[in-house]
Amino acid sequence: MNAIAVNGLGKAYKRYPSRWARIYEWLTGGVSHEKRWALKDISFEVPAGTAFGIIGVNGAGKSTLLKIITGTTPATVGTVDVSGRVAALLELGMGFHPDFTGRENALMSGQLIGLSLTDLKNAMPAIEAFAGIGDFIDQPVRTYSSGMQTRLAFSVATAIRPDILIIDEALSVGDAAFQRKCFQRIEKFKSEGSTLLFVSHDIEAVKRLCDSALFIHDGLVAHKGQARAVCDTYERTLFGGEKFFAEYSLPSSTGNTLKKTDLESDTDIANFPPDCTQIYGNGEAEIIDCWIEDLTAERINLAQAGERINWCYKVRFNIELADPVYSMMVKTRDGHAVFGTDSTTLLMPHRKVAAGDLMTIKFALTPTLIPGNYYFNCGVRRDSAAESEFMSRRVDAAVLRVSGSRTSSAAVGPADLNAEITLL
Amino acid sequence: MMAIFRAIWNYRQFIASSVWREFQSRYRASLLGVFWTVAQPLALLLIYTVVFGRVMRPSLPGHEQTPYAFSIYLCAGVIFWTLFAEMLTRLSTVFVDNATLIKKTNFPRVCLPVIATLSALVNFTIIFSLYLAFLILIDHFPGRLLVAVIPVLMLQVLFTLALGIIFGTLNVFFRDIAQFTGVLLQFWFWLTPIVYVINIVPEEYRYWMNFNPIKLLMTAYQEIFLVQAWPNLPSLISLSVGTVLLVFFSALLLLRLEPEMVDEL
Repeated sequence: MNAIAVNGLGKAYKRYPSRWARIYEWLTGGVSHEKRWALKDISFEVPAGTAFGIIGVNGAGKSTLLKIITGTTPATVGTVDVSGRVAALLELGMGFHPDFTGRENALMSGQLIGLSLTDLKNAMPAIEAFAGIGDFIDQPVRTYSSGMQTRLAFSVATAIRPDILIIDEALSVGDAAFQRKCFQRIEKFKSEGSTLLFVSHDIEAVKRLCDSALFIHDGLVAHKGQARAVCDTYERTLFGGEKFFAEYSLPSSTGNTLKKTDLESDTDIANFPPDCTQIYGNGEAEIIDCWIEDLTAERINLAQAGERINWCYKVRFNIELADPVYSMMVKTRDGHAVFGTDSTTLLMPHRKVAAGDLMTIKFALTPTLIPGNYYFNCGVRRDSAAESEFMSRRVDAAVLRVSGSRTSSAAVGPADLNAEITLL
Repeated sequence: MMAIFRAIWNYRQFIASSVWREFQSRYRASLLGVFWTVAQPLALLLIYTVVFGRVMRPSLPGHEQTPYAFSIYLCAGVIFWTLFAEMLTRLSTVFVDNATLIKKTNFPRVCLPVIATLSALVNFTIIFSLYLAFLILIDHFPGRLLVAVIPVLMLQVLFTLALGIIFGTLNVFFRDIAQFTGVLLQFWFWLTPIVYVINIVPEEYRYWMNFNPIKLLMTAYQEIFLVQAWPNLPSLISLSVGTVLLVFFSALLLLRLEPEMVDEL
């Protein structure tokens, strides 16, 4: 069962050559406008109860797509089938009037999104409790801070579990504690069977929340598939720039670039690097090799927590450059950054390179992490005041399995903070 | 067409809350509150009765014996004209004014003109009640004849709603419409016998004034309240037919252009 099925969807905006052209068109029945396609050939399905992410840069067409799915604007071609009640957290606090109390506004904006007055009145205690704004609920909304408005608006919008929940960056407002609360509620809805449609620039959040994802670029599907793989493609284009699109053809929109493997088993570690490694850059340098080694310089993919290791990679430069920056990052399996650093942060003096130079970089690290698999990125950047651009980067270039040591103090979470406990 | 009525029915609570909110919002932050909603129309009625009933004392031909005859005549016209003008003005910008709401949320667009109409009717009810009180006070209450107002008023509201929806929809695409409405209303007011009586219009123009729907309505009200007679039926029947056609046209136009509307806001 699909909660959302989008088929061959396209949206064109009419552009008239002048203000008079439309009236001319209406009167004569001729056509003088040209169509500007904001979206073209978008097809995807979201099975009920799953989470689906939509990513893309500003102006890629994400918002237009959401508007069509929520029914605010019609599609020019193609079909959208949505089954179930939709709650859209697109514009929180829509229909709030400053002179009315929080309670009155909650009833009003709830009705605007299609909830009945009876349901809303029944849900009111829960709305109040979740918003957690205390006595302010009976004060005019104009006395609220923007955070309080968001709290109330979110509470109303999610007062009754929808079949489909659409989230568009709305959660970027509010304090960290409330954001966590929002995510908890979203996760609870998901576990209770709601379908999520999540639109964000926040790749980490998409990776964490979503099962599959869609990457839109210039109104077209650039990549569709498993969330992690799609996010990687997106990151690659973000940092690789337009060049990426010119030089590489995009992966097929149906296949997953990530092979479905269970990385919990050790055999996969042996088979690494898997085909999920992403390589990109502007071509001014090239990472030709990368590996993890222990202190005896032996290549490893298994280490004990707390044991010193080296993360090494070899770069060949194709241009002359005074100050290349070397960077690395360690991520968890679900894409959380655990640690990242670069030569600037580590205060390494710049060393000039010439075209054709080979450079080996070694980051010495102590993975005080809890047991599990960790993914390593490496890169070489060219930083200017305006922007930083990867000359070459490998994402998920190596995987390290950290095994528990007797000294490990962690029970949960990625880091080992070397805890000690004493009773006083 | 049925879908429109179903949408209105499904959102009836929202519509009711919106009208109530709009009524409240006008005096929410004021000290005297609801007093102000009565004070303004009261001032209007007072001025018209004092200035035209006592100070200027114009006499209406045929009603020289009726005290306050001109005030009764003038207020009947002005009150119902105000409803017409307020509705048309608001409806002509109803979609543009609610652009953010339309762009961000998905609810039946037809709710907006309905809300605007009901809000205008709330204002009208207040001033109309004051007018009735005034009629009782001067012992000129029309009595059972008052029921005749209901069908005429319904006709007026339907006509204005249909015209307003046409203006409001077109205004999304050509913002000139709202400007035009302001100018149109000025001429329309003076082309309708509200401040003056039809007898002062030269004979050869009087026939053409019957093509002014608002003139037909105003005459009906003036008949009911001043002459205390049933309004002229044939002219209202032809207006009813025209109104039904206009309602259909406005619904078609709205249905046709609604999808494009959101892209133009």
